[in-house]
Amino acid sequence: MNIIVPVKLVPDLVEELSIDASGTALDTAWLRMIINEFDDHAIEQAILLKEKTGAQVTVLSMNIEGVDDLLFAAAARGADRLIKLNGDFVNASNNHALARAMATLIQDLKPDLILTGVQAHNDLDGSIGPRISNYLGMPYVGYISGVNISDDKVIVRKEYPGGLIGEMQVSLPALLGIQAAEQPPRYVAISKVRQMMKTMSIEELDLATLDSMGAPVVNRMFQPETTERATMLSENAEDAANQLVNIFKELGVL
Amino acid sequence: MPVRVDYWGIPLNWRPDLIVYSLMFLAAIILLIRFYLQGSLWWRVGQPEMRWNKIHLRTLNLIKYAIVQTRVLSQRYPGVMHIGLAWGFFVFFLGTALATIDSHFIKFLEGNPYLIYKFILDIFTVFFLFGAVLAGYRRFIKKPSRLTLQSRFTISLILITMIVLAGLTIESLRLAIEQPTWAIWSPAGWLLAQVWIVSGVSAQTLTNWHAGAWLFHLWIVAFTVAILPVGSLWHTLTGPLNTFFSQLDRPTGQLKPVAQNAQNESIYVKSLQDLTWKQLLDGDACTECGRCQDVCPAHAAGTPLNPKQFILSIRQALHRDGPMLAAGKNNGQDKKIKQLVPEEIQQEVLWSCTTCGACVKECPVLIEHVDSIVDMRRHLVIEGQMDSKLQDALANLGRYGNSFGQSDRMRAKWTQTIQPKIKDARREAVEYCWFVGDYASYSTSLTEITQKTASVFNKIGLDYGILFEGERNAGNDVRRVGEEGLFEMLSEKNLAVLNKSTYQTIITTDPHSYNTLKNEYTGNGKHPVLHYSELLDQLITSGKLKFSKKLGYKVTYHDPCYLGRYNHVFDAPRRVIAATGCEIIEMPRNRDHSYCCGAGGGRIWMEEGSIMERPSESRIHEAVNLDGVKIFVVACPKDVTMYRDAVKTTGKENQIFVKDLIDLVDEAL
Amino acid sequence: MNQDIFVAVEHLRGKVSDISYIMLAAAHDLAQNTGGKVVALLLGLNAQQLAGNLNADQVLYADHSLLTDFNPEAYQRTLIGIIDEYKPRAVLFGHTSIGTDTVGCISAQLGLPLVSSVRTIEANNKLISQICGGKIMAECNLPEPIALITLVPGGYKPEQGQSTQSPPVTAIPVQVLDGLRILLNKYIEPETSDVDISKEPLLIAVGRGIQNQDNISLAEELAQAIGGVVCASRPVVDQGWLPTSRLVGKSGSTVKPKVYLAIGISGAPEHVEAITGSDVIIAINTDSAAPIFNIAKYGTTADLFDLVPALTEKIKNIKG
Repeated sequence: MNIIVPVKLVPDLVEELSIDASGTALDTAWLRMIINEFDDHAIEQAILLKEKTGAQVTVLSMNIEGVDDLLFAAAARGADRLIKLNGDFVNASNNHALARAMATLIQDLKPDLILTGVQAHNDLDGSIGPRISNYLGMPYVGYISGVNISDDKVIVRKEYPGGLIGEMQVSLPALLGIQAAEQPPRYVAISKVRQMMKTMSIEELDLATLDSMGAPVVNRMFQPETTERATMLSENAEDAANQLVNIFKELGVL
Repeated sequence: MPVRVDYWGIPLNWRPDLIVYSLMFLAAIILLIRFYLQGSLWWRVGQPEMRWNKIHLRTLNLIKYAIVQTRVLSQRYPGVMHIGLAWGFFVFFLGTALATIDSHFIKFLEGNPYLIYKFILDIFTVFFLFGAVLAGYRRFIKKPSRLTLQSRFTISLILITMIVLAGLTIESLRLAIEQPTWAIWSPAGWLLAQVWIVSGVSAQTLTNWHAGAWLFHLWIVAFTVAILPVGSLWHTLTGPLNTFFSQLDRPTGQLKPVAQNAQNESIYVKSLQDLTWKQLLDGDACTECGRCQDVCPAHAAGTPLNPKQFILSIRQALHRDGPMLAAGKNNGQDKKIKQLVPEEIQQEVLWSCTTCGACVKECPVLIEHVDSIVDMRRHLVIEGQMDSKLQDALANLGRYGNSFGQSDRMRAKWTQTIQPKIKDARREAVEYCWFVGDYASYSTSLTEITQKTASVFNKIGLDYGILFEGERNAGNDVRRVGEEGLFEMLSEKNLAVLNKSTYQTIITTDPHSYNTLKNEYTGNGKHPVLHYSELLDQLITSGKLKFSKKLGYKVTYHDPCYLGRYNHVFDAPRRVIAATGCEIIEMPRNRDHSYCCGAGGGRIWMEEGSIMERPSESRIHEAVNLDGVKIFVVACPKDVTMYRDAVKTTGKENQIFVKDLIDLVDEAL
Repeated sequence: MNQDIFVAVEHLRGKVSDISYIMLAAAHDLAQNTGGKVVALLLGLNAQQLAGNLNADQVLYADHSLLTDFNPEAYQRTLIGIIDEYKPRAVLFGHTSIGTDTVGCISAQLGLPLVSSVRTIEANNKLISQICGGKIMAECNLPEPIALITLVPGGYKPEQGQSTQSPPVTAIPVQVLDGLRILLNKYIEPETSDVDISKEPLLIAVGRGIQNQDNISLAEELAQAIGGVVCASRPVVDQGWLPTSRLVGKSGSTVKPKVYLAIGISGAPEHVEAITGSDVIIAINTDSAAPIFNIAKYGTTADLFDLVPALTEKIKNIKG
């Protein structure tokens, strides 16, 4: 069983985001990148499957700053093979072109199962998973929170609104969009990551040239209007509690 | 003339000399063989560790802790009880040695020296019996919860008491038969002799009894020596060894580094074989006195950790699995052998420790509990076995350099209102580089105190700066959680910034940062590290800090573990408090015996679990019982948080207020 | 090529989802600009009656036994056929478990542009997307030739997409759906629970800011004092601190209480979507930049660990 996990780095929302001079993109000078949390779950799910079935797990990601740390951390969790993809990612929002280029490379890795995050918070043109599946001719199901491999198919738990779960069976090879791994991503000790830096190597593959054709053109980016903001109560807990009591009274819940 | 007679009253055709030497030789051989079988497991199973250096200091430790027994004496009842038994036997041992010299080498036990010899032996016999009575009363009537109430201890007590009583009986019978004029020099023996004299039993019968008692005494001594390595008296050998081999190469505040194997790979402790021989010896050295259990905040709170049980688990595993491991029958894969961590010692036990060090400070034979606990935590961290709250905190520390998961650019947000602007120690030279620490920087409930500290520094014209977003968590508790790699990463980053900055002295309000910066940051040049209490104390002494008010409050002061017990800073904060015109009423548990707030060792990042009473609450109860004390002074940002919470949860808001040292200083300026 | 706006209607177990009405509302805005019709695409088996209250000019209905329940593959194939045949100006999908499973493959298969996470449509067909956890908005033109769009809730009210007049329904042929590689085995019902948070009038919601399981009791005590029910955002439920039945947001419940008190919740879009129906949202969060303050009526940056116990205390005193 060969499991491929394409993951990506996204801007860390802990930092204040700002718009660059062009007004159409995030200011990268202040950006801190972090693994897309759904991709993090996808890696965890792959490792869980590896632990259950002995599958080989390959994690691959675009070669931008921070990718080495991401990949070594994945190795420390149990990934067997690390690949970074070289290319021009200025048009990173173009998941269309990226999916096409990645599909070609992934094809050569002969995947039985591809797991990736169901979405990322900066996917302006939709998530990449379904497109890769289409180019590879594989079935795709997203919003997955549980995967079991049985012979030539997987049994998955797909989440619907209201807590409803649909149990589906998908024949392999397939691509799944992971919402949540069966257990939260595990902690990796820094020394283990450092160990991986010494013992593991990262393979590099070149992506075909990415064209920006078909990508949505952003006219402008902006931060949500502050006029809609809440009426702010006191910062002091005691005063705020008093104000809330009054509000509750006004609203008739008290 | 009074003189010591060899084998007095023993028929010489018994060849008493032959009986004594052959029997004792046999007992000694059995002892040695058993000692080897048991003791060799330490180095046959455990990892090597260098504990042979500084022999003179080690010998001093041996005298101080194993012979004089200063730690044992620190508690009155058990102290007197134990030295009665121990010193008694030291003297009896010495007496027997002198008798041997007297009989075989130089005849000197005659005349006055003999009388003094007899007198001293007799006095210690009485002292011993007093100790034995105390021990019996404690074991069978008082039964404190910390004691191991098992028959092996009773057997040992009976054995040694019988040895002494038999000796006393022999002496008294001899005195009753001889009735020498100097008999009063053996007061206890002479007193007992009156029984025989009054009974009117014939001298011949008494002589027969004397010979019988002599044989009994000899046999029981030999028996006791032979079984030493299997009974509870084993500690009489291992305890002294442990004090001799206790660690001398690091300050108390420096944690045991991760051990490396021959291939330079880190050893994370999951099995017996990953522990060093000294850590295994710790297990065998435990006297089961339970002092550690008594002072452990985690135990008192009702967590699964009991430091005594923790050490005994190591012993238990060693005695059960050690021989098999030493014989190489197993590499930890065999199903018969229980994995030390987390089977023998569960992870909840290890995570409960606050690393306050009270157990280590209290142990009479210098067992190093905390180092072993952290060694095992290191294994759990590598395996990712921890609660999700701790996992989040560590992930945040790795990513943002603080446990709050906030951007490093927010670290100095609290300075925005400070005028004049605080200097950036990375850009301009300052005398003092203030290492602010995570809690003081990020915790919104501590902002006020941090700002007040800055304003006090400004008022007294201190030339200081901070590292702004260049600072990272110092890593003290990260290291004690067992995340050694993260500690290295954090310390490397901090050192890189510190090395680029120009300053003379590092100051900090946080005892945890203080401890690791002072004791664990190698490569910190020669810059001294001062806790703000020490800095303020120095400024008061030099006259740079003068107070205009005498506050006149009655206060109590809580010694933070990492300032007091770990770094012996007890007086500086007290002098500062006194200088503000406050009177300190000490809590019963103060200075070295201070009681942990419960936040240390990374506990502040972990889930609390089910507990009976938080250590911080116990501490607040202790403080409110002091007469007239309304203010609880702390000198640690985490303490402010912990104790303000505890005051609320115990409902003592109207009785006691938690103040930081800087609050008093500011008020008195 | 025409100027019609198509809406891929979502329904789950016999009920049209709110997002479908929201999409219809948005589609009317688009159609007004393009001058085309609003056409609802309904897929199912004997599901015509679901079209009853759709606010659309026309409904195209595809009926097939393999479309009874949502199946990503069957939906994709059916919709690809329809889009290829009708060539509308734009097709709207929900940014949901159903919509995103469908749209990506269609975009790849037909080589069509896709704009994701659109919240509102502005004049001249400017699409306003909400990205980066709600912290950033991006404006795009309606791309050519056929725009695929996923819509997030928040910009429109479901009522705007409902109508009392039944639209005309046209049955369309369904192409052959054999050899599906995805099959629905069964539905697993959410854990039953004592409460149905979607019907509660007063909700005390806790998020990541609550830090650990022990602190959930703070919220529970407050809920008990004031007579509300505790619910949670995704991280809290993922940790197992509260059951899934208390989950608000994607994969959880959409709620419409009179008062929604959000404690330590930052306001990720998935969560915000599910609470916009609330009458009054009150947010407690120490991060003054948290998106939750953009939809809350009242907010405070006071520390929840101080505020919540204080509030509980005061309410207890008032209630005696």
